[in-house]
Amino acid sequence: MIDDLIGQEEAFVAWLRSLDAVGIADAATVVMLCAGAFFALVGSVGLLKLDTPMKRLHAPTKASTLGVGSLLLASMIHAYAHGEGSVHEVLIMAFLFVTAPISANFISKVNLHREDVDPTPPPPKDSTWATFDTSPQDKAAPDRP
Amino acid sequence: MIDIALKLAFASVSLAQILAMVRLIKGPCIGDRILALDTMVVNAIALIVVLGMWGGTQLYFEAALIFAMLGFVSTVAYCRFVLRGDLIE
Repeated sequence: MIDDLIGQEEAFVAWLRSLDAVGIADAATVVMLCAGAFFALVGSVGLLKLDTPMKRLHAPTKASTLGVGSLLLASMIHAYAHGEGSVHEVLIMAFLFVTAPISANFISKVNLHREDVDPTPPPPKDSTWATFDTSPQDKAAPDRP
Repeated sequence: MIDIALKLAFASVSLAQILAMVRLIKGPCIGDRILALDTMVVNAIALIVVLGMWGGTQLYFEAALIFAMLGFVSTVAYCRFVLRGDLIE
């Protein structure tokens, strides 16, 4: 039985050696490049095509972020397949993925406060939504110069 | 094969950049314009990354990282300026 296992292991190692690692990495790079290009394009087409500001907020914040993530992944695979690898892209990817929801939240707040969108429905429990919940003294304060 | 995919990615991201610019010029309200600028920064990062793959160099990643940071900070600054009227209180 142990002889069988050793034989399988040698066969497995031979199979691994027979694989063309660079070819597989190139194929993965091509797939990731195409996916990233597609999602970046979808994000911008949605930004142009959708009809209300809040709907337009959906397209770039999700699709474009995913597209750039795919392109960065393609760049990492490419760097590991040809020459020395790099993990700089992980830094950019993490930063983009963390900051995209924050900027989307800010832009939706801008849309709400400038009343470019339909009025929000009443909240289920509280008296008003948190972003509209300014204290009375702040409301009474005069505008700063 | 990778050359064709790189050209495709260049074309798609450039087209996406142009579409975002159309929304930046057209956008009826301020939120749309801020969002279009944010999208253009993200697409510029994508263009820089694809350019780095094209040249096979690692030189451009610091530029992409600085673009990411400045894009986020500028989006937040625009939004706070629109919301509050000033940036530093």
